[in-house]
Amino acid sequence: MDRIPILRMGEFLLVTIQVDMHDQLAVSLQDDLTAKIVKTGAKGVLIDISALEMVDSFIGRMIANISSMSSVLDAHTVVVGMQPAVAITLVELGLSLRGVTTALSVDRGMHLLRRAMGGEEAADVRGQE
Amino acid sequence: MAIVQSQIADILKKYEDDLVAEWVRELKASGSGKESRISETELFAQAKEFISLLQKAAQGDGQNTNGPEWRAITNFLSEVSKSRVMQGFASDETATFIFSFKKPLFARLRTEFGHDADALADETWLTTELLDKMGLLTVRAFQRAREEVINRQQEELLELSTPVVKLWSGILALPMIGTLDSARTQIVMESLLQSIVETGSETAIIDITGVPTVDTLVAQHLLKTVTAIRLMGADCIISGVRPQIAQTIVHLGVDLQGVTTKATLADALAIALKRSGFVITRDAVAKRS
Repeated sequence: MDRIPILRMGEFLLVTIQVDMHDQLAVSLQDDLTAKIVKTGAKGVLIDISALEMVDSFIGRMIANISSMSSVLDAHTVVVGMQPAVAITLVELGLSLRGVTTALSVDRGMHLLRRAMGGEEAADVRGQE
Repeated sequence: MAIVQSQIADILKKYEDDLVAEWVRELKASGSGKESRISETELFAQAKEFISLLQKAAQGDGQNTNGPEWRAITNFLSEVSKSRVMQGFASDETATFIFSFKKPLFARLRTEFGHDADALADETWLTTELLDKMGLLTVRAFQRAREEVINRQQEELLELSTPVVKLWSGILALPMIGTLDSARTQIVMESLLQSIVETGSETAIIDITGVPTVDTLVAQHLLKTVTAIRLMGADCIISGVRPQIAQTIVHLGVDLQGVTTKATLADALAIALKRSGFVITRDAVAKRS
């Protein structure tokens, strides 16, 4: 049974979804990620979904949930590289991922995380919208 | 019936050349050839072809114009109608093409059946019915051709009215013109999101100066687009909000959920530049002059 790897980069956790998500994979990712955040005390999580071409309502909800859960565990969460088709699907499903920061690429996502860690500049403007 | 029918075919064959000549004369008299939209030779060729096709078709079942014998003439008429649409003829002018054939044909029927009033009446009725059907067919084809033109224009308009322009590196703008319906929003959203991915732009400005009215549906479409852009990790600014539109949005109770809105595209560009860290300064020399 394959799992999505969660990589640790300093104080951040990096999740890159490179395969087509199926329901079981999403559920195990949810378990793994929450466990890993608690274990490592990570302050930032970057979820790269640029390879995700298609989402159904379940996967869409799982992405929203996983991001919210990391936020609840006091880790800044950035979802990066969402494809247009996926964005449109999520909007049509009514999932607007409120409270989750988004970025166009991994590079920019890391930049946002570092800035959020920086302190006084606090969360990105977008995070509050 | 079948015997009577075949006589139309015979008459058409017998007087073919005379009929063509007279018909073209008739058409010219009614004005079809006068304007230079269609040449006499073309009119002549069309008349000749129609008569020969009608003659072939009339040899078969005269009552059922949906039959296989009539396919050739139906196709021919729809082609003629299509070319008439392109040449800018009105629907009545196109129908007159067929109806003006009655006069020369009835004249021939009279010379053939002049001595027999019953036969003449029968023949005339059948011929009228036939030609009326042909005429209606022409009008229908004419209308269909016109609708095709309208549909094509609508599609072109849809594509033309959603250009995504690059204002600055990392700043895209989409000037929206016309009413926003679901189909258009879909196209706008797709092309804008695609451009964001391609150019890696962090800010998108949607300018609604050209949108005449904003109702709850339009506002909802706008919000969907804004949310999708945010999900992709870019920022969205709505600009060109006219005073009436601002009033309408508030009266409708539409919650713009913290979306940045600006009155003009210039304001939107200024804030977008500021967010990406650009500073605009004016040259000291230019300031003095």
